[in-house]
Amino acid sequence: MCLGIPGKVTELYQANGMKMGKVDFGGVVKEACLEYLPEIQVGDYTIVHVGFGISQLDEEEAHETLKLLKEMDMIAGELPELADRQNDS
Amino acid sequence: MISSWTCPLPLRNYPTIVMGHGSGGKMMSDLIQHLFTPLLKNDLLEQLGDSTVIDFARFANGHQPSAISHQRLAFTTDSFVISPLIFPGGDIGELAVNGTVNDLAMSGAKPLFLSAGFILEEGLPMETLGRIAASVAAACRAANVQLVAGDTKVVNKGHGDGLYINTSGIGVIPPNVNIAPNRAQAGDVVIVSGTMGDHGMAIMSVREGLEFETPIKSDTAPLNGLVEAMLAASPQIHCLRDATRGGLAAVLNELASASNIGIEFDERQIPVRPEVHAACEMLGLDPFYVANEGKLVAMIPGAESESVLAAMRAHPLGKEAARIGSVVDDHHGLVVARTGIGGARVVDLPAGELLPRIC
Amino acid sequence: MKYIDEYRDEKVTRGLLDEIGRIVTREWKLMEVCGGQTHSILKSGLDQLLPPQIELIHGPGCPVCVTPLELIDKAIALASRPDVIFVSYGDMLRVPGSERDLFSVKAAGGNVRIVYSPLDSLKIARENPDKTIVFFGIGFETTAPANAMAVAQAKRQGIKNFAMLVSHVTVPPAISALLESPDVRVDGFLAAGHVCTVMGYWEYEPLVKKYKVPVVVTGFEPVDIVHGVLMCVKQLEEGRAEVENAYARSVRREGNEPAQAIINQVFEPCDRPWRGIGVIPQSGYKFREGYADYDAEMRFPDIQTIATKESSLCMSGLVLQGLKKPNQCPAFGKECTPQMPLGATMVSSEGACAAYYRYARFVNPNATSNSKEQTSKLQTSVV
Repeated sequence: MCLGIPGKVTELYQANGMKMGKVDFGGVVKEACLEYLPEIQVGDYTIVHVGFGISQLDEEEAHETLKLLKEMDMIAGELPELADRQNDS
Repeated sequence: MISSWTCPLPLRNYPTIVMGHGSGGKMMSDLIQHLFTPLLKNDLLEQLGDSTVIDFARFANGHQPSAISHQRLAFTTDSFVISPLIFPGGDIGELAVNGTVNDLAMSGAKPLFLSAGFILEEGLPMETLGRIAASVAAACRAANVQLVAGDTKVVNKGHGDGLYINTSGIGVIPPNVNIAPNRAQAGDVVIVSGTMGDHGMAIMSVREGLEFETPIKSDTAPLNGLVEAMLAASPQIHCLRDATRGGLAAVLNELASASNIGIEFDERQIPVRPEVHAACEMLGLDPFYVANEGKLVAMIPGAESESVLAAMRAHPLGKEAARIGSVVDDHHGLVVARTGIGGARVVDLPAGELLPRIC
Repeated sequence: MKYIDEYRDEKVTRGLLDEIGRIVTREWKLMEVCGGQTHSILKSGLDQLLPPQIELIHGPGCPVCVTPLELIDKAIALASRPDVIFVSYGDMLRVPGSERDLFSVKAAGGNVRIVYSPLDSLKIARENPDKTIVFFGIGFETTAPANAMAVAQAKRQGIKNFAMLVSHVTVPPAISALLESPDVRVDGFLAAGHVCTVMGYWEYEPLVKKYKVPVVVTGFEPVDIVHGVLMCVKQLEEGRAEVENAYARSVRREGNEPAQAIINQVFEPCDRPWRGIGVIPQSGYKFREGYADYDAEMRFPDIQTIATKESSLCMSGLVLQGLKKPNQCPAFGKECTPQMPLGATMVSSEGACAAYYRYARFVNPNATSNSKEQTSKLQTSVV
């Protein structure tokens, strides 16, 4: 459940008494209802599910956590390739 | 009004198609004479007989007439029932020509002649029909084929989605070419001619309720020129398939099954336009299952693959051609992808019509 | 795409997988609740890359799978009416009812339409004043605010030819029921990140306290999922049982309050049957009195009594609870395939049965150095 995709708010306006916005999802722009995000501004990121923004993405928190997660990367050596598999079998 | 209509008066009285346009009388004759013929004119079509007679020798690849009997004929038919009739990047007319041209090209044939049957729904605006007929004509010119036989019928309102087109086509296969779905062999390289998912997402983008603002255009195109360039680099191509309904996944599964081999490919190698990728993410779709109308998948013996790939990239319709994987003598009938994180997943045949999801 | 691509990074994922491998000392069974998470796991092949001691059980977090058979039949009955335009999210179209599915109603000429947002169904209602537009309001708490808003807007705009067939389910009661069940043995939960985005995660605190089972709020991309698994395994290895948040970029403890407010305005909790599982108390939503006019079951009372016929062969309920593996079902791969599904778990792309069907014919030796054990584990479970 819950296909929610992050996008950037590029425009805000009212329609039928609801806060609406244009959201840019990696180059594709679609309208979304932002009524549940009273504080969201143009330039912020939101997660959109069925045409509704359900959260304002906390960018700072995202960067911090990702930094920490990247530090757990302790890869040594090559990653197995599908091509190599043929040699093994 | 369409500028190429000659003596448009008889058509001007009818802004939409009515049943009479299909009943074989004067109205139908006017429709053919004033709408179709001016757009599609060639001396074969203008025979206007019950069937068109083709002197084959004039067309068969410049070979001597005595060699004609040794040629193989490719013959195909396809019907086009899409809605909407007009979409970003093309319309049903263009699709109908390119679809059949491509089916011929996928056998390695040089496409020569097409027929077109139009089933018109009562109420179809004449303007729309004119536009689509013009697209058919333009597509034939672009593909270097001739439309030599046609038919028109009209059905009652409510029975036709506006317009259906059937096209059939004939082409000739050069003697040293042997392309078939069961010819893939372990060690073959799998190549796609360009970005995946453009056409299907173009249609989705104008589908009611799913519209988005960034235009995604259909990739409908005739692939016979690209195939000729590929065969010139190496006639030893084993398989060719255009990745239409069901997308890349359908084609790979069909070939794996027909040739009784396994296929492995790397998801990271599949070219996808950023906006197609984004639109797929939004609707929960996988670009491998999305239809294309101007892209092919090829299975080529390993030793020939580099030269064919180079020939593809030198052609306007193959600039983004990419090697995506290989044919293996393992898990026969199954297609397995290396995922972006280094896992593996079986890429099955699609279940049916592509549906957006919220889950 | 920003905030997606970074969370599909192979190196970061591998680093987290290695870390799990380093700290794990025994077998653990984790349940990921949300169907979207299952989908992501299967699509990326993540389950094969996890250390062999970690088993992921695909939980009942799939509204497609748990919508009661009776509701599918009601939907089909409504969609077949000439005075109705039936509007739904795409997911529901191929779910089998007693006799057929919505897709076949569409194919037979029924007016069934797919929308991306429930607000689009209001547009259809305005454009078709002579028909009643019935919207199939399925989903978890993530979708409830959107569905609620559609109804609130219909009321506000005076759109009378609109009704909703409600099939909402809520997650915490289901987790509670699973924890209560003596047969289900789950060591830890990966809670549904987008459900928690709306509802917050404070509801899990009493559950964790009572059952001493860790709950980690988890996102959907491979990095998010492995991050959630890591945090959960860490708790288990350290003997802790807490609610933690591995999706903090979207989820706050209190959730999205305006979204919760609209849910409460339009809906109230009620008992709800889950397909294959049974009635879970207070696990659904129904319309509050002020919005009862928009209830499709009130608007079309003749659908209230519909005879349903669940396939006697289908055991998707046991699969959804993690009690049986799909290949243990006698109909698996025979009477029941993705092309001809008997139950929802074979239809849904994230359904456990559909997933098994794909993997049963293939085993991947391409996984990490743990792959040999992983491979044999997969082989024995598939046999």
